[in-house]
Amino acid sequence: MSNVVNKEVSKMKGKQSILFKNPPYIIAASSVAGKKEGEGPFGHLIDTVHEDVLLGKDTWEEAESEFMKEAVEKALSKAELKSEDIRYLLAGDLLGQLIATSFGIAELKIPFFGLFGACSTIGEAMSLGAILIDGNFADKVIAVTSSHFASAEKQFRFPLGYGNQRPYSASWTVTGSGGVVLSNQKGKKIEGATIRIRGITVGKIVDYGIKDTMNMGAAMAPAACDTIKVHLSDMGIEPTYYDKIITGDLGYVGSDILIDLLKEENIDISKNHMDCGKEIFDQESQDTHAGGSGCACAAITFASYVIKQLQDRKWKRVLLLPTGSLHSKVSYNEGNTMPGIAHGVVIEAEG
Amino acid sequence: MADKKKADIGKVVREKDPKRRNENYNKYVKQVTPKNSLPKNMIAAFFVGGSICTLGQIFIKYYMYMGADEEMAKAYNTITLVFLSVFFTGFGVYQKLAKFGGAGTLVPITGFANSVAAPAVEYKKEGHVFGIGVNIFSIAGPVILYGIFSSWILGLIYYIFS
Repeated sequence: MSNVVNKEVSKMKGKQSILFKNPPYIIAASSVAGKKEGEGPFGHLIDTVHEDVLLGKDTWEEAESEFMKEAVEKALSKAELKSEDIRYLLAGDLLGQLIATSFGIAELKIPFFGLFGACSTIGEAMSLGAILIDGNFADKVIAVTSSHFASAEKQFRFPLGYGNQRPYSASWTVTGSGGVVLSNQKGKKIEGATIRIRGITVGKIVDYGIKDTMNMGAAMAPAACDTIKVHLSDMGIEPTYYDKIITGDLGYVGSDILIDLLKEENIDISKNHMDCGKEIFDQESQDTHAGGSGCACAAITFASYVIKQLQDRKWKRVLLLPTGSLHSKVSYNEGNTMPGIAHGVVIEAEG
Repeated sequence: MADKKKADIGKVVREKDPKRRNENYNKYVKQVTPKNSLPKNMIAAFFVGGSICTLGQIFIKYYMYMGADEEMAKAYNTITLVFLSVFFTGFGVYQKLAKFGGAGTLVPITGFANSVAAPAVEYKKEGHVFGIGVNIFSIAGPVILYGIFSSWILGLIYYIFS
């Protein structure tokens, strides 16, 4: 994939992808999470871990807002910027009408685009943020998402006190927030490689008729498969181009399904596939069944673990593919299926 | 087993008709999704449910020993079990037992009490009327509605045939 110099050439690539002419820099990434995430395999890489996931607030929703606010403030401090320096903020969460986001970032007074992509939101936010920067519509942008175990359970499942058993295919919503600062310029000198977003592939909704909300991995796997297929074809590359192809929260069940689906299309990602839902928790000791989920799953995993591997030059090229399931309690009760979506973001380390 | 799995996934990927493809995908997913162990769950439910009911029986015997007649003792027992369920739900203990016990905690009256106490705790933040008032029976509602409905049906049948 060459860096095209001729400005007449379109940045559209293939059917649903973009190759940036001025690949935006990721100059900072931040992650704030709860106790469970802090006790996970890369908890030590998370910027701030809170013991009390209510954060001293009255409601779970306000706590989630606070997580997002902290993530944005942390990202700003790591980038050595103030909120006035950020042109646009792109953010979203799982709650109805995105209340966690709106109340969380209101005081920051950054012009704001609210987004909903379920658990794929960070992919959507980074994609749109990158487009704004590459197109010279913004110089600095923040992309951030949040999720909270308690607010998600309340919204989608049962009150916390309710005694029920979770199946093995169920996932555990990640509590916290993760964000990145994108810029049209290289950041201040930090240790490690320079990270850039080289391109994106926008996902389409793919629905293979799964109705089981306790098996979201199976619902989203076909969407991930579709985006990967289109991405590789649009960009004209093989899966081996990437050190890691990182899905958001397919979990243990969904990851196996994805690898099977792709193998059937003669695409083998079994050697370099990674899933944030599988990595963020230790399945055995933390009793998280199929793995982590929620908007913050991919966001926190990227902002704490993945970006470190890129900065330390352990990986050079990754495809970040946050996955989302676009159902609601209402659509489920009305007997509908769970449509999935997955957005691809090409992130490369240089220098 | 691995070959059968490959055959099933092939049927998904190569199927052009979306409806048939979805059916095949659901069949495939059912195969590859790990299921909870039914024997393990049944044994756990048996012991937990049995223990709760044994505890109830102990309460009945105790209340009778304290002087109540059988009907009153049963009523006192119900009150006691409901109280204990709500108490432990409030302290976050009941859910831990339920994770292991499954149907064993759900079926006795303790399950019903938990299903009312849990939303009451959760929705307190949305106020007394629209929070607790509207949501308190969000889980138990079907039990109440269809319990009354089925007794009405049975009453009707009894009336017709007597």
